[in-house]
Amino acid sequence: MKTRTIKVDYLARVEGEGALYVKARGDHVEDVKLKIFEPPRFFEAFLRGRDFREAPDITARICGICPIAYQMGAVHAMESICNVMIDPRIRLLRRLIYCGEWIESHVLHIYMLHLPDFLGYPDAIQMAKDHPEAVQRALRMKKIGNGIMTLLGGREIHPINVRVGGFYKTPTRRELSSLTDDLKWGLEAAIVTVKLVSTLNFQNFEQDYEFVCLRHPDEYPLNEGSLVSNKGIDCPISQYDANLIEEHVAHSTALQTTVKGRGSAHLGPMARYSLNYDQLTPLAKNAAVNAGLEKTCRNPFKSIIVRAVEVVFAFEEALRIIKEYDQPPCPAVDVKPRAGTGYGCTEAPRGICYHRYTIDDAGIIRDAKIVSPTAVNQKTIEGDLRYFIEPNLHLPDEKLKWECEQAIRNYYPCISCSAHFLKLNIERA
Amino acid sequence: MRAPKKPKLAVWKFASCDGCQLSLLDCEDELLAVAGAIDIAYFPEASRAMVKGPYDLSLVEGSITTPHDAERIHQIRRQSKFLVTIGACATSGGIQALRNFKNVREFTSLVYASPEFISTLDKSTPISGHIKVDFELHGCPISKEQLLEVISAYLNGRKPNTPSHALCIECKRAGIVCVMVAHGTPCLGPVTHAGCGVICPQYDRGCYGCFGPKETPNAHSLAASLAGAGWSKDEIMRVFRTYNAEAPAFRKASTSHED
Repeated sequence: MKTRTIKVDYLARVEGEGALYVKARGDHVEDVKLKIFEPPRFFEAFLRGRDFREAPDITARICGICPIAYQMGAVHAMESICNVMIDPRIRLLRRLIYCGEWIESHVLHIYMLHLPDFLGYPDAIQMAKDHPEAVQRALRMKKIGNGIMTLLGGREIHPINVRVGGFYKTPTRRELSSLTDDLKWGLEAAIVTVKLVSTLNFQNFEQDYEFVCLRHPDEYPLNEGSLVSNKGIDCPISQYDANLIEEHVAHSTALQTTVKGRGSAHLGPMARYSLNYDQLTPLAKNAAVNAGLEKTCRNPFKSIIVRAVEVVFAFEEALRIIKEYDQPPCPAVDVKPRAGTGYGCTEAPRGICYHRYTIDDAGIIRDAKIVSPTAVNQKTIEGDLRYFIEPNLHLPDEKLKWECEQAIRNYYPCISCSAHFLKLNIERA
Repeated sequence: MRAPKKPKLAVWKFASCDGCQLSLLDCEDELLAVAGAIDIAYFPEASRAMVKGPYDLSLVEGSITTPHDAERIHQIRRQSKFLVTIGACATSGGIQALRNFKNVREFTSLVYASPEFISTLDKSTPISGHIKVDFELHGCPISKEQLLEVISAYLNGRKPNTPSHALCIECKRAGIVCVMVAHGTPCLGPVTHAGCGVICPQYDRGCYGCFGPKETPNAHSLAASLAGAGWSKDEIMRVFRTYNAEAPAFRKASTSHED
C-alpha cells in the first residue's frame, strides 16, 4: 500500500516555531507529530537564585502575547508563600488588566490568525482588501484591549507596573473612566463579532475531551479558582501536580502532560466556557444563545465563537470594574519573604498557566516549575489531528495541509511559551 | 540607501518570546498603511503566504542559541539587502543569555527529562556576533514608535532617528521628577539606552534597564552609588544581569559583583 506523508515545515499564524508531520498508509493515519523547534530558553533553571520579587518581570518574557498570565501566576504564588492579603481593589485591577490581555489576544486570534482560514485568505492583510470593515473593527478592538494594558501596566508587551503585593502605581478613577466610551464601543463590536463568526461554515467534528480549567464560586475565572474538570477533578491548585502529570512516553522523545490515570487534557476557552457557563455575564450569555452555542461546546473549530463570547464577557467585565472602581490608598502591600512553596494558576487566553515556586527565608528562588497551556494542549492537538485527518484523506495534499493547519490554529498554540517545551529534538526533513 | 518602489519585507524569528514582532501587529493605526507601502513578503506569525527572497528589508527577532540557527542566520543575511535586529534578544542575547554565566548542561537537565534530545549551544549570542547587521533596535520589548521610525526611515532612504543617549535625558525632557533624587528609588536611567518613552519612572518605579546600555555608559559609577544606598553585591549583580546581561557594559558590571 502506498504511504503518504504530509508535512507543514513551518506553521504560520501561530506564536513561535512549530511544524507538522503526518504519515498515512492507505486510509489509515500511522503517525502524527506536532513538532516544536522553538529553541529552549531555560526559564525554570535561571529563575533559581533570583529574588522572588523579580519573578513577575522575568516570567513575563516567556511570552510577548500573554505576559499578564505569567506575571499573575508569579505574583499569586509568591503572595501565597508569604501569606499576604491583597486589597480587594487591587484584586479588581488585576482582573481588569487580565481582561485587557484577553481582549487583545482573543481579537488577534479571531480576526487576524483564525478567520482568514475560514474565509480562505493567507492573512488578515489580504482579507482586508475584501473585508475592510471587519479588519478595521478588529484593529480597533485590539487597540482597546491594549489600551487597558497600557494604562494599567505601562505598556502592552511586558508591562512594568505589576509587582508582588500589587502595583507600583494605581490609576485614579478619572484615568480609568477615560476608557469607558471605548469599552462601550468595544462591547457592541464584540457582539457583532459573535454574530459574524457564528455564520461561518464549521467542520462537523466533536471529541469527548477532558476539559480542565479554573472555577470560582462567584465569577467567570481569570486569576483565581479551584482546578476542575468534567471528568472528576475538583481540587485546590496546590494539587495540580497530583492531577496533571508529565510523563516520559516510551515511543517518543516527548514529556507529555496527561490527566493522572486518563488521557490528554483540553485547556482554553472551550473548557472555561463549558464548565463556567453559569458564570458568564448577561450579554455574553445572550450572545452565546443567539449564536446557537449549546452550554457545552466540543467542536474545536467552533472555538472561534467561544472566544468571541469571551471577548463580550471581557468588555462587559471591564466596564463593571471601572464603574465600581475606588482607588486604593496604597498601590501595594509590603511583602516580607518567608521560606515555603506556593502555587499560582490563572486562565491565560489559551488556558490555565501553572506556576510553582519554592523560596527561602531571604526570598531567593530555590525551585521553579512553569507549565504553559500549549505544552498541555499539544497532546490534545495531536489527538484531534489523528481523528480529523482519517476521514479527510481523500483531499488533495494542499487542501488537506491547510485544513490541518486550521485544526492546529483552533488552539491558537503559543509555541514561544517555551518555559517547559517538549519534543525539542530537531528532526531535519 | 534608497528603497525600491515597493520593497519586500521579511520578519525572522530566533530564540525569543515573539513580543517584538508582535509590536508590528500592535501598530493598530498604522498596520494597513505599512502594508500599503511595503510588501509583507515573509512574516509567518501573521501570514501563511511565504514569498521567496531576496528581501529588501529584514527584521530579525531573537538570539542565536542552537547550531541550526547559527547556520540559518547566514542564509538570511545572504537574502537580505538591509537587515535590522529588533529587540534585546537579537541585539544582546536576551534573557536566555543568563545561561552564559552558568553551565548549560546543568540547565538542560534541570528543565528537561531527556537532556540528550536537547540541541542547544553553550551561549545565547546576539545576531551581530554572527553576521553584519545594518541597524539595531533596542528594548525588551522594542518601542513600536521606534519600529515605525525604522521602517519609515528605510522607505525614505534616511537614517533612523533613535538617539543612543541615556534614558535620563529622555526623562528630563519629559519633565518627570527624578525617582532617584526625589524618592531615593534605585534607577538604571543613567546607564540605559533611551527609547522606551520613560515608562517606569512615570509609574513611580526605577528603570530596570530593559533597553540595555546606552552609548558609553559608566555602569561602574552607578554600581558604586547603588552600593552607597545599601545594596548588596548580589543585588547589584542581579540588576545588571537581566534582559541585556550579555551586553558588554552590563556583563562587566555584573561579573565584577560576583562572589
